[in-house]
Amino acid sequence: MHRKTLADIALGLEKKEFSSVEITTSFFERIKQLDPDINSFITVTDEQALIKAKLADKQRANNTASPLAGVPIAHKDIFCTEGVKTTCGSKMLDNFLSPYNATVIEKCEAAGLVMLGKTNMDEFAMGSSNETSFYGPVHNPHNLNCVPGGSSGGSAAAVAAGFAPAATGTDTGGSIRQPAAFCGITGLKPTYGRISRWGMIAFASSLDQAGPMTQNAEDAALLMNVMAGFDPKDSTSSDKPTEDYTAKLNVSLKGKKIGLPRQFFSQGLDPAIEQSVRDALTVYEKLGATLVDIELPNADLATPAYYVIAPAECSSNLSRFDGVRFGHRCENPANLADLYSRSRGEGFGDEVKRRILVGTYVLSAGFYDAYYLQAQKARRLIKNDYLNAFEQVDFIAGPTAPSTAFSLNNEIEDPVAMYLNDIYTIAVNLAGLPALSIPCGIASKLPVGLQLIGNYFSEADLLNAGHQFQQNTDWHTQLLAQSVR
Amino acid sequence: MNWETVIGLEVHVQLATKSKIFSGSSTTFGAEANTQASLIDLGMPGTLPVFNEEALRMAVKFGLASHSSINHRSAFDRKNYFYPDLPKGYQTTQLHEAIVNHGYVDIPLENNEYKRINVLRAHLEEDAGKSLHEDFQGHSGIDLNRAGTPLIEIVSEPELSNAKEAVAYLRIIHTLIRYLGISDGNMAEGSMRCDANVSVRPVGQKELGTRTEIKNINSFRFVERAINTEVERQIDLIESGGRVIQATRLYDSIKNETRPMRSKEEANDYRYFPCPDLLPIEIDDAYIEAVRDSLPELPDQKATRFQKDYQLSAYDAEVLVVSRELADYFERCVQTSKADAKLCANWVTGTLLGALNKGATDIEQSPVSAEKLGGLIARIADSTISGKIAKTVFDALWDGANSADEVIEKEGLRQVTDSSAIQGLVNEVVDQNPEQVESYRAADEKKRKKMFGFFVGQIMKASKGKANPQQVNQLLLEKLEK
Repeated sequence: MHRKTLADIALGLEKKEFSSVEITTSFFERIKQLDPDINSFITVTDEQALIKAKLADKQRANNTASPLAGVPIAHKDIFCTEGVKTTCGSKMLDNFLSPYNATVIEKCEAAGLVMLGKTNMDEFAMGSSNETSFYGPVHNPHNLNCVPGGSSGGSAAAVAAGFAPAATGTDTGGSIRQPAAFCGITGLKPTYGRISRWGMIAFASSLDQAGPMTQNAEDAALLMNVMAGFDPKDSTSSDKPTEDYTAKLNVSLKGKKIGLPRQFFSQGLDPAIEQSVRDALTVYEKLGATLVDIELPNADLATPAYYVIAPAECSSNLSRFDGVRFGHRCENPANLADLYSRSRGEGFGDEVKRRILVGTYVLSAGFYDAYYLQAQKARRLIKNDYLNAFEQVDFIAGPTAPSTAFSLNNEIEDPVAMYLNDIYTIAVNLAGLPALSIPCGIASKLPVGLQLIGNYFSEADLLNAGHQFQQNTDWHTQLLAQSVR
Repeated sequence: MNWETVIGLEVHVQLATKSKIFSGSSTTFGAEANTQASLIDLGMPGTLPVFNEEALRMAVKFGLASHSSINHRSAFDRKNYFYPDLPKGYQTTQLHEAIVNHGYVDIPLENNEYKRINVLRAHLEEDAGKSLHEDFQGHSGIDLNRAGTPLIEIVSEPELSNAKEAVAYLRIIHTLIRYLGISDGNMAEGSMRCDANVSVRPVGQKELGTRTEIKNINSFRFVERAINTEVERQIDLIESGGRVIQATRLYDSIKNETRPMRSKEEANDYRYFPCPDLLPIEIDDAYIEAVRDSLPELPDQKATRFQKDYQLSAYDAEVLVVSRELADYFERCVQTSKADAKLCANWVTGTLLGALNKGATDIEQSPVSAEKLGGLIARIADSTISGKIAKTVFDALWDGANSADEVIEKEGLRQVTDSSAIQGLVNEVVDQNPEQVESYRAADEKKRKKMFGFFVGQIMKASKGKANPQQVNQLLLEKLEK
């Protein structure tokens, strides 16, 4: 039961092979039994889920159900859910009951999806290992001593462990793709603006983007059909019409050009990962695509530019957590300054504080030009590199991360080493492009991810490229099968 | 030593949009605390701003009316600081790219000349909430109804030379925003607020002196007093060997003094950066021209028209256009009375404004409508009553009478124009005062003039003020010169 995809479950519900209540209950049983070792959920919403599942079953019986009605899903705890605790992985919001739903949640609810719960994450999405969560680290279902990646580590682990058929995630610098790669699942970071940010607690507003985390590309397409679209409540959301993301799933890749940036296959890349990625690329050659070597000359600028822009935005975005209106408030503040400093000092963890400090510094009078403005210039150069590349190729491919999942407690002490986990993913956010991570091999018994980057709003093509690979290989099923039983 | 003062004003104007600049909450003043604050105004996690286009239109209106250039592209920045009435921990404003730049207004000086004051910029921003420090037993209350109300901040060049000019500038801005209908300009309710940057320097010195910024000046009168107080303080300080420290100072209208709020050293570093939640505002010429077409007649244009169409003096025209309501009142008065516009202007700027001032009320609340005053002026114009009697009729209208005609009939105030009746009165008075007639006839030109007034007074008294003064004069002269 727990290895059924979204498409399988939708079909089974339609054929009345099982009810939504049955399948929802089975996921809860599995979560109850196995999640204590994984820690992928912060909140499990079984009561609401069963009400929703019953409703879906009724609609199925009346044949008034929408295609995904009654299908379970898990949501990253960064999306505001009305009346349900929304923590963002932080002590700061440990007591926060959102008064409203994020647009992503509204859309999933409207599609009839059944929320199983809220998944663990790095605090305020700041981290690449899920170890900065106030709710403790998430364990990788492939090896409990390893991290699941981050920041959407709970969502990735929940899907990989079979606690949910699919989950939502968010990606600011790789937070969907890197955990998807570490946990052997499929993750799509759409074009910036394709999915509304309303109700998604902001980390770095110009980089944050929600997306699906699924067992395969087809499921990701099904979820894109639910999640994508213009939202008048988000001024940065795109009013470009959406498309049926499943429509292109069987288009031939013959004649497609895949660019391999020299910069993605250079120093620091684990040779075993490189081998898996190169092997996967031969599959694409067999499918009729051509591999082209390309250059992204400013790739080196991505990490430094990102670690100026993202902290700058976060230092401002997180100012609202001041202990005045919601969230953690210190005991018996002596005065206003004390209220601020103790509420924030107690409510935020180390990584969040580090980024607020960095962001505050780079925006300070006298430093703004040297850091923030320079970083914005670098961001334009990076974007131009990609635009140039897409004049020659249809996709850009490479590893999602330079290593497989690393051991818990290994890198958390060295923030810079941690930041380098995102070297292949960060530029995509800076450029606002869509990118997909799909499982493409195994190294040291851990999943390896292949990243495919597309041009703006080419999600349907990317999903097709992922789907074609998955039609011709079985890494995605094989990896899930070797995950926790 | 002789000192000269340099003043620049920052005027915050609340725009009269129905909803807030980035949320759908109402902006109505005076609602119960925190009832007009949405998720966005509360700074709830995950919420995002959506720009209210009406605020843009209003800002562009101001830009056009102040002869400014309207920028085709402007953008919002975040000004970061912590304060309990600032829910997001930053104010969304425009630092790097304002919507309006480089305009001017002409302000009237006391010597009847004009001075051009340049407007450096006007930018859009959101207002903060209010901290309430009373009634909470040692705690502070926060009311976020005002949070997110749209403002334009209008920044003048430091070109005002004294407090009177500052007030004149502020009045011009006030008149403009009210004409444009973009704000009610109510200073008492905080719809228009003013900060003044003030410095002094020895006459002839080129460099500006160190300035202080005076905050919290919430009436025209206090602007003048606050600036004068601060100028005096700075001059006294320098003359006694001290130096002015760049600082923000608060004006205390009760003690009539300015006090330091914070010095430059402890000033916030606002860490401005472009707001990533909002797209830049991009407008084209067609947009600007459409707004220009929607502009009402502005005070300058109206004053010119009044001089041309009604043959008013420049002075009368300016007094009348000081507010759109007064100018409209005047024009309605002219229409109703069908009389000489100059006569209407005299009545509106003289008797009516005098009465409004005395009654501390404004033109919109005038107990005498333009139609009633027009009706009264019509009766002066057609000689039904004299100007003097008209004052009595006006008082009756002020006290609630329905119309001038009704008062005239009821009180029997119709002017006597019957020549034989007036002749009778003239004869009577002349006959009753033979000695005065004797000495009148014996007197020289100058003295005669004076004595003539005595007879007129007696005749008017006998007619209870109703005799037509011109006829009295004529008939009396004939009689005496006989």
